[in-house]
Amino acid sequence: METGVVVLIGLFFTVAVYLMLSKQLVRMLLGIAILGNAVNMLIFTNGRLTREVPPLIPDHLYMPVETTANPLPQALVLTAIVISFSFFAFLLVLAFRAYQELGTDEVNEMRIAEPENDQTPPQGY
Amino acid sequence: MAGSPVSVDYSQAMNLSAVPAGDWLVVAPTLITLLGGSLCLMLRKNTDLQPKLGIGFLALLVLANFGLLVRVLDYGVISMVMGSWLPPFGIAFTVDALGATLSLIGSIVALCAGIYGAASVDNTGRRYGFYPFLLLLMTGVCGAFITGDIFNLYVWFEVLLISSYGLLVLGNDRIQLDGAVKYGVLNLIGTNLFLIATGLLYGIFGTLNMADLAQKVAALDNPASGTLATVAALYFLAFAMKAAAFPVNFWLPASYHTPNVVVSAVFAGLLTKVGVYALIRVFVLILPASRGYMADVIALVAIATLLTGALGALAQSELRRLFGYLVIAGIGSMLAGVAVGSTLAVSGAIFYAVHSIIVMTALYLAAGIMNLMSGSYDLRKLGGLYQKSAGFAGVFLVLGFAVSGLPPFSGFWPKVILVDAAFQDGRAWLGAAILVSGFLTTLAMGRVWIYAFWRGGPEGTPDGQSVAAAGTDTGQLSGAAVWLPIGILTALVVYFGLQPEWMLELSTQGATGVVEPLGYLRSVFGGEG
Repeated sequence: METGVVVLIGLFFTVAVYLMLSKQLVRMLLGIAILGNAVNMLIFTNGRLTREVPPLIPDHLYMPVETTANPLPQALVLTAIVISFSFFAFLLVLAFRAYQELGTDEVNEMRIAEPENDQTPPQGY
Repeated sequence: MAGSPVSVDYSQAMNLSAVPAGDWLVVAPTLITLLGGSLCLMLRKNTDLQPKLGIGFLALLVLANFGLLVRVLDYGVISMVMGSWLPPFGIAFTVDALGATLSLIGSIVALCAGIYGAASVDNTGRRYGFYPFLLLLMTGVCGAFITGDIFNLYVWFEVLLISSYGLLVLGNDRIQLDGAVKYGVLNLIGTNLFLIATGLLYGIFGTLNMADLAQKVAALDNPASGTLATVAALYFLAFAMKAAAFPVNFWLPASYHTPNVVVSAVFAGLLTKVGVYALIRVFVLILPASRGYMADVIALVAIATLLTGALGALAQSELRRLFGYLVIAGIGSMLAGVAVGSTLAVSGAIFYAVHSIIVMTALYLAAGIMNLMSGSYDLRKLGGLYQKSAGFAGVFLVLGFAVSGLPPFSGFWPKVILVDAAFQDGRAWLGAAILVSGFLTTLAMGRVWIYAFWRGGPEGTPDGQSVAAAGTDTGQLSGAAVWLPIGILTALVVYFGLQPEWMLELSTQGATGVVEPLGYLRSVFGGEG
């Protein structure tokens, strides 16, 4: 099962990189969203995939008797999901505001902070 | 194993003894800033109260960090595990001399920025949360310096990143939105790379505690091979992006000149240095074998960064963009220390980080004052500032000497150490690059001083005449809030230049703590470390 998931993660990364190489801001953001999901699945798979055995300890024991699912990656992924979702939301609004103000969503045309015909510093005294 | 649930032996899983009162200082920096940030957020409509609260909490933060550093120096590395769980299960906060020093210097710089912000951030900026964002940014910065858990480090990175987004777009100008898009997208990709590497590391070792990781990596037969090489490469790329090293430095000069100058000052002082800190932590403490394996790559990146930064600074006429390139050149020096990796070199990198935090913030604040005096950040339009304030011209000269690495100021000693370490390691090119970069920086700063201070007025002013430039000053220049921060920072620059022993001692201790991490491991796992 892990092999299959790993292939899927690879596909996610491919799509994410392809989209992030685009010049359109919206596509880059979609790429980032997919990248975030690829990372989450990667962490999840790195915690080893097991069949559905909940990590519960029977009443009279100190530790589980058989191999159980690893609960830690779920905590990590949950943290990462919350963070990447909020960042994605922020960037989406930022991109929209930038589109409103700059009139373009193509990154090559966003040259206000770094003007194309920027003059060199004074050459002589 | 069968037994009644009454006889559970908690000592196997938990630390049952109470935490010593002084050790609570470990969490104080994050608690103070979180509390202060929330309080400022609730009272954000009260624009008169904002600076007082913000500066008050930042001063508390400086005190807490000072107490923490003193305690670390007295008792050695301090560890505190959340929920009292025994490591490696709980999230550990582990403070050593390296983390405590950077945390203290960082909070001093933030306090200075908070004071300057009282003059330069208008009521709209205050209402939209300058002080809450600044305090929460410091939560992330101090948390990153203090934590002993690598996933937790990722979380602190994100805390400081989201607060920096808030600060960057504060004011909502077109140019800010443009800069924020580039800064935002590239930094988010950087932290995602960091997270990928952390996920893989967890997959290999099954732990996220830095001390535990360091032990497990050291116990490997062939600690530089296979998957670990991938992890190390990913970490290097991620932290290089955060630190703005060549060739992933382009977000920095595209964004650092866009926000309010006090925001630029905080960013220039702190953000890239957190990346360098993470690089030192991961490569020197956790993956020393991978660092050795990648030393040539890191050295090449360091040389390229040193030269890009210095040459970029020479080509700029916008002050803040020029200083942005100087930040990058400084990152190159610190990377040189990581590339060499000896105790001497790492101590040089730490000292340089301290110097760079102070001097870059001071330079951006100085740029703000120059703008108040003459109404421009452009070298072509600046001029005649010497007549306006001879004292300020002297302060700027001190900062220029310091950032170029000339004696007797704070930039000199770390550069001496780094060049010495590079030559001892047989990397003459690396040492040469540091010196060349320093020379080019001297040219760039000398030119700023000649044009902005010596020249009688803006471009085209005849020799011997002086033209008074119209500044944007609306009374700020007469207030202490503008002059006090730069005064404090310049005093520190001079102090570390004339009396470097204290900082040398601290950075050597910090470097020894990561190169030979026995004390670090002991503090987390107890005596047997």
